[in-house]
Amino acid sequence: MDTNIPRTVPRKSATFDDYTLSEIRRAATTGIYDIRGAGAKRKLPHFDDLLFLGASISRYPLEGYREKCGTDVVLGTRFAKKPIELRIPITIAGMSFGSLSAQAKEALGRGASMAGTSTTTGDGGMTPEERGQSKHLVYQYLPSRYGMNPDDLRKADAIEVVVGQGAKPGGGGMLLGQKISDRVAQMRCLPKGIDQRSACRHPDWTGPDDLEIKIHELREITSWEKPIYVKVGGTRPYYDVALAVKSGADVVVLDGMQGGTAATQEVFIEHVGIPTLACIRPAVKALQDLGMHRKVQLIISGGIRNGADVAKAMALGADAVAIGTAALVALGDNDPHLEEEYRALGTTAGAYDDWHEGRDPAGITTQDPDLAKRLDPVKAGRRLSNYLKVMTLEAQTVARACGKSHLHNLEPEDLCALTVEAAAMAGVPLAGTDWIPGRGGY
Amino acid sequence: MNELDLKALGVTGINQRLYKVPKDSNERHWVITNPMGQHAIACGLDGPLQVDIKGHVGFYCGGMNKEAEIIIHGHAGVGVAENMMSGVVWIKGNASESAGATGNGGLLVIDGDASSRCGISMKGIDIVVGGSVGHMSAFMAQRGNLVVCGDAGDALGDSIYEARLYVKGKVAGLGADCIEKEMKSEHLEDLARLLERAKRKDKPSDFRRYGSARKLYNFNVDHADAY
Repeated sequence: MDTNIPRTVPRKSATFDDYTLSEIRRAATTGIYDIRGAGAKRKLPHFDDLLFLGASISRYPLEGYREKCGTDVVLGTRFAKKPIELRIPITIAGMSFGSLSAQAKEALGRGASMAGTSTTTGDGGMTPEERGQSKHLVYQYLPSRYGMNPDDLRKADAIEVVVGQGAKPGGGGMLLGQKISDRVAQMRCLPKGIDQRSACRHPDWTGPDDLEIKIHELREITSWEKPIYVKVGGTRPYYDVALAVKSGADVVVLDGMQGGTAATQEVFIEHVGIPTLACIRPAVKALQDLGMHRKVQLIISGGIRNGADVAKAMALGADAVAIGTAALVALGDNDPHLEEEYRALGTTAGAYDDWHEGRDPAGITTQDPDLAKRLDPVKAGRRLSNYLKVMTLEAQTVARACGKSHLHNLEPEDLCALTVEAAAMAGVPLAGTDWIPGRGGY
Repeated sequence: MNELDLKALGVTGINQRLYKVPKDSNERHWVITNPMGQHAIACGLDGPLQVDIKGHVGFYCGGMNKEAEIIIHGHAGVGVAENMMSGVVWIKGNASESAGATGNGGLLVIDGDASSRCGISMKGIDIVVGGSVGHMSAFMAQRGNLVVCGDAGDALGDSIYEARLYVKGKVAGLGADCIEKEMKSEHLEDLARLLERAKRKDKPSDFRRYGSARKLYNFNVDHADAY
């Protein structure tokens, strides 16, 4: 070979990148799709593509360390006799005992209560630890009805009818046998060690007309006291929110595709649903068209990470947000100090998502008693509380800069977008222009 | 015996009246008149009451019942006795879809026919149907007994777990992982008790038993075509 001829450097395909090649090899070897936890990992239009327009001559800012900026929110004001009053608009999303250890559930309750917000049960029912440590506990009412009973329903502070979630709208769930301990099996009325499927459809209602009757039943059983939430995954937010309102929801929870799950197929997580950013404006428009904005509260979730995200979601019209993955990270999930153990599992800190396998070295997404006891619920709860408080302070910082005395006073006019895509999805102008793609005829 | 007129009190008025009966009260027998097919009648009861409903009811009658004995002197809508925990719900007529869905305990008797998805995701309830059940009955049934004195529709017991199914008549088809199983003496005894509780004259030996093959309990890609 003539070594004097210039050669091109090796070039990898953008289409068949290293990850894609590894997935093809994995699939060819195992014959089964990849299952993992967490939400969409691909890059998506997100809150980072929005910026706040701080006050200047045309707007007055509020003094950062002196003037009040309210953060409280009341959820369930439409029909419930006892709405939930929270100090901050950042709630903890539903995550099941089964997918999470009892220690992790307790820590979530402790952290949320310290910060003045709510936490939420998940598939598998309510544990006494969770109820005991949660000042405000939302009880999820799921298709599987695992662990569902009227006593716990009445112990809850609100009820969340789960229709879908952002990571897998249209999909059910699967808790693999290795996480089915005696206690989990007992709560779900199933044998130990078998894969426990969670249905994708409710067993006794289909469609909005039935859902309205189901909500009526739940209200009767709880004497019309508890707020009823309806949670949907982000797909057709305008219609889903409108139908949830029609069905009688007090609160709509809308979860974008960055929202996490305990376990489902990678193809589902990455290819079904729409980004959180794309969900909010259609949802708010549905509420506005029905004259129900601020009367039926809207909780947005899926990829909320910091106070800026909180403020942006609220500026776009949300009443509150919910966090799941970020809360687990605050507890200690994917922490670099466990790097050696993550490597032993074939991954690295920050990328660990095999939550369904139950081998979480942080003791969070596991039912292994030795691993679970690594998590101190008191210390982990404190970390979560700290994190929630920081997010709140950050959101207040931004709101004051925009001249707002309450987070709910933030509005779309406080925002601009960095990309055409984000401008179109959020319905705010591209930075430096007055152009909102899709509006004004072009 | 106390009479509650639903036309006058409304569903909430009736339910609240029943919720407020102390557990040790002697006023245990209640009759609901004019139910008018309304939804959520006598749902969420939590005590040893006897409730007679004189007419047809809508969705979720007797839902999440604990301890109460509810007799519906008519037909029942969707989800009758859904998620029942204990007690008895007895329908003198027919029942619509999802009767006894996700029920954890107690006894549901339907003298007439039940529609589709009867006993879906049942978690320990006993259901006796005097007539036939529709398709997808006992779908993902986890625990408990479903007795069908008539015929069963398509996909009976699809993806069933540990529930036991007894059918006297024809089965249009079995769902994924549901198979016919041997009727042993213990099953005949259980069935006899269930039939007796439902005041049925049917002979246990005339029934066939169905349950889980347990082949789909843990995911195996080689079974993917079973779904």
